[in-house]
Amino acid sequence: MKRRPAIAALAAATAFALALTGCGSSTSSSSSSSNPVTPKFNAANGAIFNPSTKKGGTITYANSGDWDNLDPADTYYGYSWDFIRYYGRSLVMFKPAPGDASTQLVPDLATSLGAPSDNNKTWTYHIRPGLKYSDGTTITTKDIKYDVERSLDKTVFPNGPSYFNDLLDLQGYTSPYKDSSPDKLGLKAIETPDDNTIVFHLNQPFSEFDYLAMLPATIPVPVSADTGATYKTHIVSSGPYMFDSYVAGKSFSLKRNPNWDPKSDPNRPALPNNVSVKLNVNAEDIDKQLLNGTLDVAVDATGVQSDTQAQIVNNPQLKARADLAPLARLWYTTINSNVAPFDNIDCRKAVMLAADHDGFLRAFGGAYGGVIATSLMPPILPGATKADPYNFLANKGGDPTGAKAELAKCGKPNGFTTNMSYRAERPKEKAEGEALQQSLGKVGIKVNLKPYPQGDYFKLYAGKPAFVEANDLGLSAMGWGQDWPDGFGYLSQIVDSRVIRASGGNTNLGVKDPQVDSMIDQALVTADTPARNKIWGQIDAKVMDDAYILPGVWASVLLYRPAGLTNVFISNSFGGYDYMTLGVSTS
Amino acid sequence: MIRYIIRRLIGAVVMLFVVSVVTFAIFFLVPRLGGATADDLASRYVGKSANAAEVHAIAVKLGFTQPLYVQYGRFARGIFVGSTYNTGPTTVKCPAPCFGYSFVSQNPVWPDLVNRFPVTLSLAVGAAIIWLLAGTATGVLSALRKGSIFDRAAMSVALAGVSLPIFFTGLLSLAIFSYKLHWTAPGSTFTPLTQNPGRWAFDLILPWITLAFLYAAGYARLTRAGMLEVMSEDYIRTARAKGLRERDVIVKHGLRSALTPIVTIFGLDVGLLLGGAILTESTFSLPGLGLYARIALTNSDLPQLLGVTLFGAFFVVIANLLVDLAYAVIDPRVRLG
Repeated sequence: MKRRPAIAALAAATAFALALTGCGSSTSSSSSSSNPVTPKFNAANGAIFNPSTKKGGTITYANSGDWDNLDPADTYYGYSWDFIRYYGRSLVMFKPAPGDASTQLVPDLATSLGAPSDNNKTWTYHIRPGLKYSDGTTITTKDIKYDVERSLDKTVFPNGPSYFNDLLDLQGYTSPYKDSSPDKLGLKAIETPDDNTIVFHLNQPFSEFDYLAMLPATIPVPVSADTGATYKTHIVSSGPYMFDSYVAGKSFSLKRNPNWDPKSDPNRPALPNNVSVKLNVNAEDIDKQLLNGTLDVAVDATGVQSDTQAQIVNNPQLKARADLAPLARLWYTTINSNVAPFDNIDCRKAVMLAADHDGFLRAFGGAYGGVIATSLMPPILPGATKADPYNFLANKGGDPTGAKAELAKCGKPNGFTTNMSYRAERPKEKAEGEALQQSLGKVGIKVNLKPYPQGDYFKLYAGKPAFVEANDLGLSAMGWGQDWPDGFGYLSQIVDSRVIRASGGNTNLGVKDPQVDSMIDQALVTADTPARNKIWGQIDAKVMDDAYILPGVWASVLLYRPAGLTNVFISNSFGGYDYMTLGVSTS
Repeated sequence: MIRYIIRRLIGAVVMLFVVSVVTFAIFFLVPRLGGATADDLASRYVGKSANAAEVHAIAVKLGFTQPLYVQYGRFARGIFVGSTYNTGPTTVKCPAPCFGYSFVSQNPVWPDLVNRFPVTLSLAVGAAIIWLLAGTATGVLSALRKGSIFDRAAMSVALAGVSLPIFFTGLLSLAIFSYKLHWTAPGSTFTPLTQNPGRWAFDLILPWITLAFLYAAGYARLTRAGMLEVMSEDYIRTARAKGLRERDVIVKHGLRSALTPIVTIFGLDVGLLLGGAILTESTFSLPGLGLYARIALTNSDLPQLLGVTLFGAFFVVIANLLVDLAYAVIDPRVRLG
């Protein structure tokens, strides 16, 4: 899933403005005196803060940008997958529960998780009977198949993930809009023997298919209502809420769906009567409205802006209303094995050892930006094992002695010169580069920093193999977040050599290890979850051993939880509050 | 007079054509000169996991594979006769003036512009009235009381106004008046005038004042300088010698000729504002053309950018025309031929 980078373009000016006014609506937080729950820092992290079953009221969200797309076939942002469950039900979903339980999959439309057969190449689901859309018509598995078919057409829906394109046994099928069969359901890879059953046929064994059944592309869309790219303006709801208004680029609102049956849906308490969303709201203004209580949630969950963060952590009353949400996201530096001298493992290891890990963390905001990463998989991922193979935590400022020994082994005892790319618009990545420049400089590795524009960073520069090699980019600042919380959803795009595309857009460039690739294949045919997670842990360890990636920071974001919000907790699957359970105290 | 207007209108059309060609070239020609292929351009508009075939399909769909003059021709034709757009199952007609479809949000651009224009118009007109009245009044008073405490204070405030950027004064005023004192509406609220005039003004008063503060400062200084110059002219002495009332001397003889440069600037400023009050709308999250332009720029959304640029250019050109016509009214020395 994608996360929108928090753009703090006007941060300095705002910080000054806020300092001048001493802005901090501590007065407004006292209005919660009727609230029996005492606010406490991180109280919604791992537990439910202010539990409630009280229905009613309007919950208000704001987004600092536009939605990537409300259409279930065309969305890739984590916050959007969290929010879409208001108006759409997929086959399975992440359990709305705090802590580790939030990464478990539970049936949603389906009666149970998928039943695999044919060595995990065929997956079967049955949906609950009698489910209805907001217009009163019956939901069938054919409509689920239809939305998956739609999501395959990347010319109409370019934004969504490509997992179904990659894993379904498509046999040349490209789009329902080019489908000659009269019902537009010509895709042979998905069968719907009856209205309550759906069978997926894959082109390879894939033991984690339930995560694909969680994707918004399995939210049913009736063929008769589909208008392709403009369906987003009149979406037919299968969830507890339906669209009330929609103004492109400005706002939209949801109201209760009278045809949603709570008995068919054990996961959604559906507390508020109405959901209101404002789009393209100034990020600083969002923070002020949160502190002020006129806004309930910053929906994009990128955390408060840096000046607001300073204000919150320095004011105990405000801090008590904040949560530090851990993300399944890693800020790291690629050590590119295609660029000399990093074709030599010992030269790569020298970088791992010489790096200033504390400086890396400081670059990303220190204690409120995350923790020092000692391996690839963030601890909140199921199956992640705590490992620190290079003793980063014992040598937070770097281990120059160890690094020099590695340099000698690599035949470069006096060091060498290399280039490091970062995104020009991101001061944090620049600071990361400078921290490495200093610490690597101490052992004789001279690093030249090369900024490239963020919009084309992966497509044309640091993610394009030919460019990287032609420009000797030995190191590249990168960030990666999960598509779903497990080994495949997190690791595959950064360690599988077969995902490397010459055309660019790569997050993995340097890890080209047949052994890693075969371990991934092995994981994908391992049905037993603990056994599979063990393999992902081994892959992590192998990539660390071979020093292809210098992990920097397991990221977190600081979220503010306004006084009026009830039933609040952080979902580790989405890296923000679980929107399905939120309510508002109505007074 | 009519001939003059017609000539200016033809000039305006040529100007808009040039603006559209230049904007188009910046986004399509310049990257190509830099070596970017059609697929490279298209790669901005696909999801993160798209493969080469998908990127190419998007390049074909958006027309990047065609020669530039064909792409421009199609865009221009859309404005005059409309065009069609493939949404997947159906083809949608985009009637003239069709400024194309956004690459990113996949909405037609023209309704967006029309939809957002009232916001920017409300902002620009309200602010313009405030800054014109406050700016010229302050300038005249300062000039008449040159060297007084009022003059010095007003000019210091004016200096601050010209120097402080909108995103500073805007956020500062939001912090004080909205969040601290609760006198004004928080950002991101806009109520159409037709829906509730009181609410409309209440929502906009802070953006108006913030924007007006920036401009009023300049106008005050300009008016003051103009008035000081004019009031020392011989004909003012003559007017006084004729025994005219001081009020008539100041307003009819002094201010009227000092206003000519003000009108020039005012016309241009209002025209530019209608093109998009980018900073004000971004600061106050007002869903107008300025915020639209900023979002389009962030997303590299060419059709949106072209649309808002042409829309803005149109108003700058019209404002120029109006300024020229206003000259004739204010200053009898100007004759249109």
